[in-house]
Amino acid sequence: MPETSTEGTGTIEALSLVPKAEARQSMKDFKSDQEVRWCPGCGDYAILAAVQGFMPELGLAKENIVFVSGIGCSSRFPYYMNTYGMHSIHGRAPAIATGLATSRRDLSVWVVTGDGDALSIGGNHLIHALRRNVNLKILLFNNRIYGLTKGQYSPTSEVGKITKSTPMGSLDAPFNPVSLAIGAEASFVARTVDSDRKHLTQVLREAAAHRGTALIEIYQNCNIFNDGAFEVLKDRQQAEEAVIRLEHGQPIRFGTDGSRGVVRDAQTGDLKVVTVTPENESQILVHDARSASPTTAFALSRLADPDTLHHTPIGVFRSVERPVYDTQMADQLDSAIEQNGKGDLAALLAGGDTWTVVG
Amino acid sequence: MTSQVSSPAEQADEAVVGEQRKPAGTTKDVRRLDRVIIRFAGDSGDGMQLTGDRFTSETATFGNDLSTLPNFPAEIRAPAGTLPGVSSFQLHFADHDILTPGDAPNVLVAMNPAALKANLADLPRGAEIIVNTDEFTKRAMQKVGYDTSPLEDGSLDGYSLHPVPLTTLTVEALKEFDLTRKEAERSKNMFALGLLSWMYHRPTEGTEKFLKSKFAKKPDIAAANIAAFRAGWNFGETTEDFAVSYEIAPATTAFPVGTYRNISGNLALSYGLVAASRQADLPLYLGSYPITPASDILHELSRHKNFGVRTFQAEDEIAGIGAALGAAFGGSLAVTTTSGPGVALKSESIGLAVSLELPLLVIDIQRGGPSTGLPTKTEQADLLQAMFGRNGEAPVPIVAPCTPADCFDAALEAARIALTYRTPVMLLSDGYLANGSEPWRIPELDELPDLTVQFAQGPNHTLDDGSEVFWPYKRDPQTLARPWAIPGTPGLEHRIGGIEKEDGTGNISYAPANHDFMVRTRQAKIDGIEVPDLEVDDPHEAKTLVLGWGSTYGPITAAVRRLRTAGESIAQAHLRHLNPFPRNLGVVLGRYEKVVIPEMNLGQLATLIRAKYLVDAHSYNQVNGMPFKAEQLAKALKEAIDA
Repeated sequence: MPETSTEGTGTIEALSLVPKAEARQSMKDFKSDQEVRWCPGCGDYAILAAVQGFMPELGLAKENIVFVSGIGCSSRFPYYMNTYGMHSIHGRAPAIATGLATSRRDLSVWVVTGDGDALSIGGNHLIHALRRNVNLKILLFNNRIYGLTKGQYSPTSEVGKITKSTPMGSLDAPFNPVSLAIGAEASFVARTVDSDRKHLTQVLREAAAHRGTALIEIYQNCNIFNDGAFEVLKDRQQAEEAVIRLEHGQPIRFGTDGSRGVVRDAQTGDLKVVTVTPENESQILVHDARSASPTTAFALSRLADPDTLHHTPIGVFRSVERPVYDTQMADQLDSAIEQNGKGDLAALLAGGDTWTVVG
Repeated sequence: MTSQVSSPAEQADEAVVGEQRKPAGTTKDVRRLDRVIIRFAGDSGDGMQLTGDRFTSETATFGNDLSTLPNFPAEIRAPAGTLPGVSSFQLHFADHDILTPGDAPNVLVAMNPAALKANLADLPRGAEIIVNTDEFTKRAMQKVGYDTSPLEDGSLDGYSLHPVPLTTLTVEALKEFDLTRKEAERSKNMFALGLLSWMYHRPTEGTEKFLKSKFAKKPDIAAANIAAFRAGWNFGETTEDFAVSYEIAPATTAFPVGTYRNISGNLALSYGLVAASRQADLPLYLGSYPITPASDILHELSRHKNFGVRTFQAEDEIAGIGAALGAAFGGSLAVTTTSGPGVALKSESIGLAVSLELPLLVIDIQRGGPSTGLPTKTEQADLLQAMFGRNGEAPVPIVAPCTPADCFDAALEAARIALTYRTPVMLLSDGYLANGSEPWRIPELDELPDLTVQFAQGPNHTLDDGSEVFWPYKRDPQTLARPWAIPGTPGLEHRIGGIEKEDGTGNISYAPANHDFMVRTRQAKIDGIEVPDLEVDDPHEAKTLVLGWGSTYGPITAAVRRLRTAGESIAQAHLRHLNPFPRNLGVVLGRYEKVVIPEMNLGQLATLIRAKYLVDAHSYNQVNGMPFKAEQLAKALKEAIDA
């Protein structure tokens, strides 16, 4: 069955089965009547505002939008969206959203999760949602700390992190969520930053247009337990050296006046950062998010130094077409009806060898 | 076939020998029996389950009442020829209404020394034993600890032994076929089936048809199996060792008028779910993770996509129930199927479903525990887990089917409760019901209950300022159910979650009085579920009541019949609803001097009964992975009566 439908009039093909809003919407249509209860200064506010501001652009009937979350600070998100929503249990949002999205293709389903929720307790559900390619948009708020339990290290915390549970420093090597997602066969993987509303909105736009599971890692500041974790990416001056903005089809250059660039090391095949010169300018890698092979996207995800965050790419790492699970599930139902006719319960119950007792 | 109506007493285990005659066209005697218990036993790879299934199907088609007990190891192929590798299938069939797969086989088919050794202790003296002598090599016998051949050392004196070189005869019968010896040997189970089919005058067309369709892509193999099957039949007809064959008349009077089929518990449960989906007019969504003995429900439902059934094989048990809960939020009839270890993993999600107050069926096909326990054996030890296995006060209704065919009705009943009261419901089946089978009267569709539900369509509350709003936790005053407002319904956008909610609005609330109220209200909703009164079978105004639940129905009823035949007075009642209990249960318990509760656990129902009704209930327990035997249970009940 094609994704396009005459019922939906959406301009985004991936959402064509979702009914369109009858009237123009504004940001306030997506604000619920609930008081927002994050700590003052939390990065979550900026993300909430960006999402509420972006939603009208989709033009979808808001009753057909659902936000599903797990447990953690970020997972309070659905309460603040005036759509349908479920604040579930720790780590399980991708599983619950999968059931919803695969049974209701007329819905736009969003998952809001955090680094602990998605990568620790819910790691299994995350990777399986990604490999299945269910039509879900997963917003992973990564603040590299446990906030709601008051400051233990998380699976994305840097090694040696001093926290309440690791007074002598954490021992675990962290996950890189983008690397993990690419390794889990994700068809869309992006990274953005809470404070860069324009970039965040652009990434949301591309994720919404993607057919299948989209993972968006959002670097989010926890000003209480891990303040300034991403400051190097936000401070205008430092960001020049630290942030690499990925744009599909464009050479990967950054730094003052694009003085730095990413090239492939001829010896190892790995990627490295060089100062751009007239000699090497032609060798600067052109970003191809749609490459069938995940190799380069993965290499890009490894560029950043996990401690200093220098050379952190943001933007869409990977965006490829793959069969969408819920579409195929629906197709199987359709072809079962085509092959066997619509289910006839009386015939089913009376199947097999039967015998009759007469009075 | 079981029913609450009184029926002929289940006799002692010895086969009753009736008239003897010689039908036309044969020189052999035919004896008439009223019932027989046959056990097929062999190596895990010998195809004993298939052989048993086929014999059962022939027997069902013939019109006998029947009850089956498959029994197999958890290993797919345990080491060949060893005791742990023995797989068996027991079938009890009769010309009258029976209740159990039978205590002790009248006939054992032993395909190798291990099968003989593992099953001999269950056989009464005088039982017939058919052994495949080809497998009784010195090495095979030593493997299971036979120093001398039991076929020759006199240890089987007192049994009626039929030594048959099954393998040799099968290979000989198939010599015209272009098969290797190994391939030909594989058909020996069909030879055995042919022989038994001759012995008991079973119709053969069904098996031949089955073999043709099973091996449709390999016509040679189909033909070879049919040839082996016929050779087994002819062997019985011609060999002098089998002097007698038996007739067991159809159980015409045991069955109410109707069309019947043989059905296993898991199949009946699967059909019950499809039927519930139709009766509710909601799409069925199964989120599940493979686990023995529940996987067959996943397999079965995955075949019925043309009924709009969605089956999702999740990455783990938690995702199975998670996906189901997501689908429930979206308006599906949502189901998750599992066994005890899976329920443990799903506990937190069941608690979430309690808090969200969404309909959800949690189907637990119980097996031996704790931990991995006995994956392929039966037990009833998840009752307290179903009742209490969650954090906080999280009441969940519990429904338990009592026979394989009853799994169909139990699924519809569980769906009725879930949909009416917007709650997760536990359905407790077990390995015995799941794999066992019996005749089932196929219901007419108009006999099925109406399960249609009304989704919320608009505002349900008026604020003080006169504005109309939707409150997701404003309850129906009768059922205390909250409205089910599914995404896609304009104007009813709302958020639900596992955090405590304010009564009515559903907004997050940590207020002490509100939490107290919500906990009590959720409990009151479950306590108030309408369930039928408990029926008591007590023809003689007995002083002792035997109370059971779930799959012990057959053995308990068989034991009660034995006792009554022997002149004892005993009352019997069987619980289908474990939470809430039927309203009249307390009154019923109060009528008896003694209450005995047999369970395949260490007294879980007895614990609940004692706590709730302050009744000094006596437990009778067995946890050996097998169903109760009627004789043993009758003895225990007699002791309770006399105590």
